[in-house]
Amino acid sequence: MGGHSPEDIKKETRTYILVFVALAALTVVTVGISYLDLNTGAAVTLAMIIAVAKGSLVALFFMHLISEEKLIYAVLLLTVFFFAVLMFMPAENYLDDVGQRFTMEGVGHPEGGGH
Amino acid sequence: MEIPYTVEARPDTGLYNGKLGIWLFLASEVMLFGALFSTYVLLRTGDPNWVTEPMSVPLATLNTMILITSSVTVVLSWASLRLRDFAKFRLYFALTFLLAAGFMVVKAIEYSTEFSHGLYPWTNNYMAVYFTLTGLHGLHVLGGMVVIAYLIGPGAKMWKSEPARFTNRIETTGLYWHFVDLVWIFLFPSLYLL
Repeated sequence: MGGHSPEDIKKETRTYILVFVALAALTVVTVGISYLDLNTGAAVTLAMIIAVAKGSLVALFFMHLISEEKLIYAVLLLTVFFFAVLMFMPAENYLDDVGQRFTMEGVGHPEGGGH
Repeated sequence: MEIPYTVEARPDTGLYNGKLGIWLFLASEVMLFGALFSTYVLLRTGDPNWVTEPMSVPLATLNTMILITSSVTVVLSWASLRLRDFAKFRLYFALTFLLAAGFMVVKAIEYSTEFSHGLYPWTNNYMAVYFTLTGLHGLHVLGGMVVIAYLIGPGAKMWKSEPARFTNRIETTGLYWHFVDLVWIFLFPSLYLL
């Protein structure tokens, strides 16, 4: 953190303002896109692409990840891996038949039948 | 007792301790919010009768702009300290606090509108997810406000005695604050737009 001249810090300040403008613009875009009649897949994909872009701007420039120590990158790589595991866990719900309803012919009571 | 490496970097990590500490904490926060997002995905994809209640996109967009602006003011407050301009630091840091308060006011308006329409966390899965995610996020905003208020107020004494250490405290507070903004950047489209 030390060793930066006032000129460097003023240049960084200009970058912060530029990033702010970009974030504001991407916010407008993401709201605008939500009013288009897109199918679910396209809507989710586009919304997440824009959210990742905005998040990256915040992380790289406001949080200074663009010039951070290797140890922080290592911590974050581990975090990204476990976050991906978390986000793909719902998909595991559909990988087999556990929890699905199924019927076998001639077995069990019909739906709504008496005891 | 002198706490080591509050300013100078540790030789093995290359960082002052507070910075590594806050990043480790933020990593744990990613898992906390990630688990809740994952729950949202599971609940929503698993329910063929998913109901989304009408939410105020303009109010949520306003809140998004408020938080983005507060991220700028918090990083400018840190830059001001590095330029040794304490007055500017105080101005930007106070602005950050005010913007955070504004966010909470808008959130309070949203919540009371929802309650007045009979929408509570127990109404349906969508409202449960919405109140859990935004409620937890709101608590994080409040926690950040407490820290900011301390560092503007009694905590600012450290600028006179240990200016570099105080600057690092502002940096770590800023990192936490950017994370709160980051979570909202994902919450906003997930809950209001999709």
